[in-house]
Amino acid sequence: MATEFAFPDAGAKTAAAAPEFQTEKMSLSMGPSHPSTHGVLRLQLELDGEVVTKCEPIIGYLHRGDEKIAENMTYNQFVPYTDRLDYLAPLANNVAYAIAVERLAKLEVPERCQAIRVVSCELARISSHLLGLGAYGIDVGAWSVFLYSFTEREKLYKLFEELTGARFTTSYTRIGGVARDVPEGWTDRVNAFCDQFLPILDEILALLTRNKIFMDRTVGVGVISREDAIAYGLTGPNLRGSGVGLDLRKDRPYSGYERYQFDVPVGTKGDCYDRYLVRGEEMKQSVRIVKQVLANFPKGPWQATDARRIVSPAKDKVLTSMEELIQNFMLVTEGPQMPAGEVYFEAENPKGALGFYVVSRGGGVPWRLKIRAPSFCNLSILPKICAGTMVSDVVSILGSLDFVMGECDR
Amino acid sequence: MSASVDPLAAIKELIPQATDRASLDHPAINVPAEAVVEALRQLRDRAGYDFLVDLTAIDQGEGVADRFTVVYHLFSTATSTYVRVATDCRGGAAPVVPSVTALWPAADWHEREAFDMFGIRFEGHPDLRRILMWDGYPHHPLRKEFPLAGVETQLPDLEVAAETGTKVLPAPMAGGPFVASSGEMNLTEAEPRAKDESWNERNVKPE
Repeated sequence: MATEFAFPDAGAKTAAAAPEFQTEKMSLSMGPSHPSTHGVLRLQLELDGEVVTKCEPIIGYLHRGDEKIAENMTYNQFVPYTDRLDYLAPLANNVAYAIAVERLAKLEVPERCQAIRVVSCELARISSHLLGLGAYGIDVGAWSVFLYSFTEREKLYKLFEELTGARFTTSYTRIGGVARDVPEGWTDRVNAFCDQFLPILDEILALLTRNKIFMDRTVGVGVISREDAIAYGLTGPNLRGSGVGLDLRKDRPYSGYERYQFDVPVGTKGDCYDRYLVRGEEMKQSVRIVKQVLANFPKGPWQATDARRIVSPAKDKVLTSMEELIQNFMLVTEGPQMPAGEVYFEAENPKGALGFYVVSRGGGVPWRLKIRAPSFCNLSILPKICAGTMVSDVVSILGSLDFVMGECDR
Repeated sequence: MSASVDPLAAIKELIPQATDRASLDHPAINVPAEAVVEALRQLRDRAGYDFLVDLTAIDQGEGVADRFTVVYHLFSTATSTYVRVATDCRGGAAPVVPSVTALWPAADWHEREAFDMFGIRFEGHPDLRRILMWDGYPHHPLRKEFPLAGVETQLPDLEVAAETGTKVLPAPMAGGPFVASSGEMNLTEAEPRAKDESWNERNVKPE
């Protein structure tokens, strides 16, 4: 199909020009404030012309010492800090942290609480993927996707605000429950959102999926093999894009995920395009999960009821009854009382497996809290997949990995 | 999944040096530092724990004999189970442990982070540099003796620091964040308070 051009003397010309054509490697610092590095990631690139010969990610510009801070405050006080890990899906972080500490306390939360958490996790996943998609579109030159996806995100933020009182940093969970029950009529509004969202999502994806420019920028770019994905500890859509069907919601169900039907999309090649397709399909599956939860939304308490040293009492009781006042006071001053021991819990977050390793020596403060950040692990593969690509492909690869520096640097 | 085989027993059969480690959730073992690479290799190749999900360290506090413990969490993609392997570092205040980067490239950044935060040297790591703090930073912030309020330090760029005479100031802490202690069952001790009271709203910060 392509027209063949032949320049019989081209080779001779190059050979003649070679002696005076000296090349040298160039060093280029991309970031920490570069629009395609999505935050404060810095890549130290070594270039041979336009080909990347070496890529060294430099991270830590957003390091706040969250793990140190966690060692110095009670378990509930740390919930707002989890918002600021992956700040595009704070609800999912809240839930992962709460479940980790509840595993330590061997505390079971009621079904209604689990259902609320599943809905909020899946809405957070949709919101995070919408942003990832929109930003990726901009990175590779498709502006309009961003406008559509942000319109949908705005609707989600309205729902989050109704549920938690905040749009962005939700701090919604408590150890042993959630901060408050769902507001009147909220589930109907979530249902209405889901119904109108699916056709719009198809429209958004149609802007990219068979878009010639988008496919040129992503198909076959940044290929991660199945073996590499596992060896580098990739998780989430980046791992599934490489064909590994590992999803903790299926393989190690928590918060009642085993009750719901959903599929785990996997890629075949492990390139940027596959990772994009996986995210697109995951949003549809999230809607499917949300609809199942809402169809059968459990009634009853939304906080664990049998844990007086962990869960705070109802506010009206605190103000009128001595027992509850004391309980509340002890919780606020001493923190939720935990047994000594250690647990590790990972949840399937939008960006990958967010893990909390809690080491307790008893009392209301963790001795050590390690946050296993999916973005940190996902970025560690960059030196491997960026070497040998073009500079413009680096932008495409970064967008397809969909990382958040707040979580990577902690 | 059949529960007929106790995973912990199977692991201990594979690794003779392993001893039980207290755990509230996953099977957990302690392994001496010199055997840890071989133990993890066995777990990866023969027990199916092919995924290194996390590598971190714990500081047991100043004055404890084996002060630093390195903890590995492995995951099996076949059986969807975790195992926790812990090893006490040799060398007291200058802890050393063998690197596992040869087994999993994922360990590279995790080990750099543990070196950065705790000062643990991973023998055999190809490029053991700081990762979150800047090169040349003198402290290891997650060690227990490092104060939450931070320590004044030179700017990362020494030329700029010499020219301007400025240092990196720790974040102002007046009124918080409050500090509480782990494991204290006594209310007076455990109550969150601003422990670094050398300066607060009433007392100005010492120069």
